[in-house]
Amino acid sequence: MFETQKANLSLRCEPPSAWSWRSRLVRHQTRLAAPLVLLAVLALWALLVAWQDYPPFILPSPALVWQKFLLMAATGSLLLHIGVTLLEIALGLLIGLSAAFALGYLLGKHRTLEHLASPYIVASQSIPIVAIAPLVVIWMGSGLASKVAVTALITFFPALIATIVGIRSVDPDLHDLMHSLRASRSQLFWKLELPAALPIIFGGLKLSATLAVVGAVVGEFMGANAGLGYLVNLGRGLLDTPMMFVAILLLVVIAQALHFAVAALEARLLRWQRV
Amino acid sequence: MDAATPTPIFVVDGVAKGFTDGHRPIQALRPISFQLHAGEIVCLVGPSGSGKSTLLRIMGGLIPPDVGAMWFEGQPHRAPNTAIGFVFQKTNLMPWRTILQNVLLPIEIQQGKVSPAQRERAETMLATMGLKDFEHAYPRQLSGGMNQRVVLARTLLQQPRLLLMDEPFGQLDALTRERLNLELLRLQAAEGITILMVTHSISEAVLLSDRVFVLSERPGRLIAQVEVPLPRPRTLALMSTPTFGAIAMQVRSLIGETG
Repeated sequence: MFETQKANLSLRCEPPSAWSWRSRLVRHQTRLAAPLVLLAVLALWALLVAWQDYPPFILPSPALVWQKFLLMAATGSLLLHIGVTLLEIALGLLIGLSAAFALGYLLGKHRTLEHLASPYIVASQSIPIVAIAPLVVIWMGSGLASKVAVTALITFFPALIATIVGIRSVDPDLHDLMHSLRASRSQLFWKLELPAALPIIFGGLKLSATLAVVGAVVGEFMGANAGLGYLVNLGRGLLDTPMMFVAILLLVVIAQALHFAVAALEARLLRWQRV
Repeated sequence: MDAATPTPIFVVDGVAKGFTDGHRPIQALRPISFQLHAGEIVCLVGPSGSGKSTLLRIMGGLIPPDVGAMWFEGQPHRAPNTAIGFVFQKTNLMPWRTILQNVLLPIEIQQGKVSPAQRERAETMLATMGLKDFEHAYPRQLSGGMNQRVVLARTLLQQPRLLLMDEPFGQLDALTRERLNLELLRLQAAEGITILMVTHSISEAVLLSDRVFVLSERPGRLIAQVEVPLPRPRTLALMSTPTFGAIAMQVRSLIGETG
């Protein structure tokens, strides 16, 4: 009798691989939808230009923007501008996120510390980044450092909040378990706190990753001689709207790529959430 | 020491605990003293808020008592000890670890890494618990009863000599609960572990125990130690015997008296 009960219990739970293929099909469909929407938007854009006959400095056609892109790519300087912006984003993220994780962990663990620090953190966030950026340029010059600093500043906050909330969300029962197993501080961090906080940290990370692009552009707007934000500014000055479009669209591509990179990392590290 | 009095594996001597709720002090546990003998099963019953869980957490070394002392295997006992296993009411599995990884967690913590022999032992343990096909599944894919078995497997793999259980089957349906009770009895008989279990179910307490400890309402006080002279191995059929009913009634009235 005991054996049959056990068999019934086993039937209640299918092997993991059996459930997921249906959801995989759905995911496939959504993956196809995105390029289709993109094509539709491009077609509408082209139709609008053709129908209204806008001059290129108001709204260039997709074809014109594409030609401009090829021209800029051929002269070789475009790659340099992309590289400069990517470097600013990468360094800004590195600094902003490291600071956010370190401080977030500390504030998440010590409630009194958070009470002390939170008014200043909130105050710093009530000032728009475009208002701070000129100050940063005065202090750090118009070189790479000021752009990295602005990017770091803007990526810092979402990652900080996510880290604090993530560390707070750790199940106290699991803390008890680790305590009863006499886990060391580093074991507590690597085997409990980090994996438990990761789902929430990734939420902040996705925000930070896209904001990093905003940070780099704002920094470049304050004074620069290279970068995609600089190109947008240059295009505005020259009334070269196609150039502005090329730069803006490339920024969109970078933001998308960053977002997908974070999402891919999340899917890999948090595979357990999707089973 | 003569044969009639077995060696106590765990001694609780005058342990008491209070908490503060804002500024108001609350006495959770009045000074309590008892002994657990090696290889016996003791269940702790009492009204809610009688400090049962507090007592268990003190015995596990998770929180310090205000006063009193404890001895485990003749040694003064204060901090968590790996020879004392703990099973909480909530299945405290790590959702990001597979079943096998969860079961191996204590070994990882204590030895840094897992040897192939230990992995094999864990796999065998899971197989005896009827979890063979779920080693690589995640806790959320399993039912509550199965997850509680995983917790049990994880705890037993450490070969504890004393097992402290805080309403381990409290959130399970009656059928699963009975099945796990029988499984626990089988494992306990095979390994000779001493068990102290907090439960709300009087019939569960009588079915499992050699002795049932009855705690009063808060502040908790040990008001009775009821002997359960039922033969072992225990079966579900015992539950319909007059002796079983009489003991259950006795425990019930002891709990009722305190109200």
